[in-house]
Amino acid sequence: MEAISTAGQRPGNPGRWVALGLIAFIDLILLYGVTMMYASGEIAFALLVLLIVTTGTWVFISNKGYSYRYVYPALLGVSVFIVFPLLYTVNVAFTNYSSSNLLPLERVKAIHMAKTYRTPGESYSFKAYEKDGHYQLLFISNKDSDKHLVSAPFGELTEPGEITTRLSSELPDGNELAFRDTIRIRHILKMLKIVLPDGNTLSMTSLREFGPQAKIYDEGPNDSLIDRRNGDILTPDMTTGYYVDNTGEQIGPGFTVFNGWDNFVKVVSDPGIQGPFMQIFTWTLTFSALSVLFTLIIGLLMACLVQWEPLKGNGVYRLLLILPYAVPAFISILIFRGLFNQNFGEINMLLNMLFGVQPEWFSNGFLAKTMVLIVNTWLGYPYMMILCIGLLKSIPDDLYEASAIDGATPLQNLFKITIPLIIKPLIPLLIASFAFNFNNLVLIALLTDGAPNIIGATTPAGATDLLVSYTFRIAFGQYGQDYGLASAIATFIFLMVGVIAWLNLKATKRFTE
Amino acid sequence: MIVQPRNLKYRVWAARIFMILFLCLIMFPFLMIISVSLRSGNFATGDLVPTNPSLEHWYLAFGIPWENADGSVIQPPFPVMLWLWNSIKVSFVSTILILLLSTTGAYAFARLRFKFKEHMLTAMMILQMFPAVLALVAIYSLFDKLGNYIPWLGLDSLGSVTVAYLGGLALHIWLIKGYFETIDQSLEEAAAIDGATPWQAFRYVLLPLSVPILAVVFILAFITSVAEYPVASVLLQSMDNLTLAVGSRQYLNPQNYLWGDFAAAAVLSGLPISIIFLLCQRWIVGGLTAGGVKG
Repeated sequence: MEAISTAGQRPGNPGRWVALGLIAFIDLILLYGVTMMYASGEIAFALLVLLIVTTGTWVFISNKGYSYRYVYPALLGVSVFIVFPLLYTVNVAFTNYSSSNLLPLERVKAIHMAKTYRTPGESYSFKAYEKDGHYQLLFISNKDSDKHLVSAPFGELTEPGEITTRLSSELPDGNELAFRDTIRIRHILKMLKIVLPDGNTLSMTSLREFGPQAKIYDEGPNDSLIDRRNGDILTPDMTTGYYVDNTGEQIGPGFTVFNGWDNFVKVVSDPGIQGPFMQIFTWTLTFSALSVLFTLIIGLLMACLVQWEPLKGNGVYRLLLILPYAVPAFISILIFRGLFNQNFGEINMLLNMLFGVQPEWFSNGFLAKTMVLIVNTWLGYPYMMILCIGLLKSIPDDLYEASAIDGATPLQNLFKITIPLIIKPLIPLLIASFAFNFNNLVLIALLTDGAPNIIGATTPAGATDLLVSYTFRIAFGQYGQDYGLASAIATFIFLMVGVIAWLNLKATKRFTE
Repeated sequence: MIVQPRNLKYRVWAARIFMILFLCLIMFPFLMIISVSLRSGNFATGDLVPTNPSLEHWYLAFGIPWENADGSVIQPPFPVMLWLWNSIKVSFVSTILILLLSTTGAYAFARLRFKFKEHMLTAMMILQMFPAVLALVAIYSLFDKLGNYIPWLGLDSLGSVTVAYLGGLALHIWLIKGYFETIDQSLEEAAAIDGATPWQAFRYVLLPLSVPILAVVFILAFITSVAEYPVASVLLQSMDNLTLAVGSRQYLNPQNYLWGDFAAAAVLSGLPISIIFLLCQRWIVGGLTAGGVKG
């Protein structure tokens, strides 16, 4: 291999110049992006991209970096989509980022700064005229109906702009827009600041009127805001993430601030969170362990049967048995969601016909858990079966011949020969399967969505929720989104999954060496 | 030949009966869903074999309005074909990208020597265990900000979902690397002695020998992307941009329970993937037992 890894690029190769040109081109585009990001204040992102650009260029130009050329894109993918989100999540866990504290301080300040109030003065109703994609406004004074003002023409605006007006006795050129069409261009009208001949300014106060308006707040020191009307001062509270006025009242919207370990402390100590958290944690462990156990039992049994030669038509059996694995999980899970429906699901119809019972699969905690396990076993056993078939093939036949001569029963064969021989290579796979089920969001999100709810929980928590689906619902659920808290829980799960991963690696090493 | 016990005949029959009963249990949901898709109405509590079969759900699934006997017309509730097309687009592009990146990565890990190789491999293995679900807040925010600079990568765009799926490539690197290691290195060394660069040895010697594992990875990655739910459900918002996995959820809202329409759509959308999977099952089984990880 020495010959390969030291072989450099031959100089003068035209392909090399094309490659260099391509790299330069990509670099230019990315550097432009970096400048844009830096200019708009996204310093973390700008640094990240800058890092990618420099390391990437080095790897693809330098001869020393030759081996890295092959891994660089893959590593980049892994870092951008796994490592970076991981770090970002831990970072968010220390903030109060949520649907009520969504924006950074500057944006919230800008929202307050843009607030206006109606000042005394003359207001005008208006009509819009259009000609060749340009608009003109005609203002008619509400006090003095003979007073007509015509604005200068304007087109599409992307940011607020000033438009001058003049007194005129003539109507503007072009067609008068119907009220409906006026509404259509209201996003432009809202940005207009109309300057009257006497120097006063107007802005849009309603869909039919422009009137004199003024900003409520002036900028004060240290990001505070000063109310023009009464001199009140709003100060940003950096612990709660809201602007507060003199009386201490919070004024929305909130902004994102770092709040230290608050979220973590909340998970550990708030009884409304901690109670459900422990319950969900226990259920997650039970669910993963039982899923692995059930799928293993059925999978191994089926693998043994399918491999058994006297049973003819093994290929057909295998094909049919593998079917639950072939259908995309999201479809099967939704099918079960319908089949288990309490009122018109087919399973309850069948049970009603046979035994006269109609179990409440979705509102009874225990039954819901049973249902989740049934569905997951149904979904998961083909995978175990496939693995077991592969492992069974490696057991030499003469072991079974010898045991048959000794008159062993099938059960003795299973426990004395089969299981001891396949358990070693199976253990890492079982741990991986445990980890997969530990994080089986799709099953819960599509089947029960956590239902039934746990009573007394302050966060949306359900009896069938796994830790991931619980986190998912806190972060993206319907009742207010608390990204900070969700990230704190995610961080806890990261640690737990990390331990599982580490165990798996240990187990793999021990059993492969 | 193996020594046979005397009661073999009974055992075979017992096994056969057990197998058939088990298969009935396994097939029940599939038969039921086909039956539901042929019933008329959306909350019919019909028999296993529909008493008055109707194709209305199938028409609606294909996006064709259905006219009832009394002349009233039902419009298709959701753009299923569009969702299916979105899913195919996203999965196809992301799978191709995953295949490109993971093949070259696996080649370097299997054949080339460089610093930190072992560390990188271990780190990737552990990182892969963390589900993308937990980093959803970060992924959401990442694409929200990216969208300010590159609109087709922003929220509610198929581009963002396609790119987000690239995070799953570490697993495939492991699968392909395992396969590369079974191929004799002396083949490439011979090529290197003849003056081939590592790239040429990879492209003209190793790659043609690895077609089977590449096919397996292609199918696995494709199916994983088609069935992916959490990331797509967070990144996509507007009705026309949904993928099938997110879209089909809309059928079974408690307030709007379109059981019959869902059944037809489910059969329609599950069929192509299931057929591909069953046709390729032999290779997939081989690839899975070699790599031993489920996506």
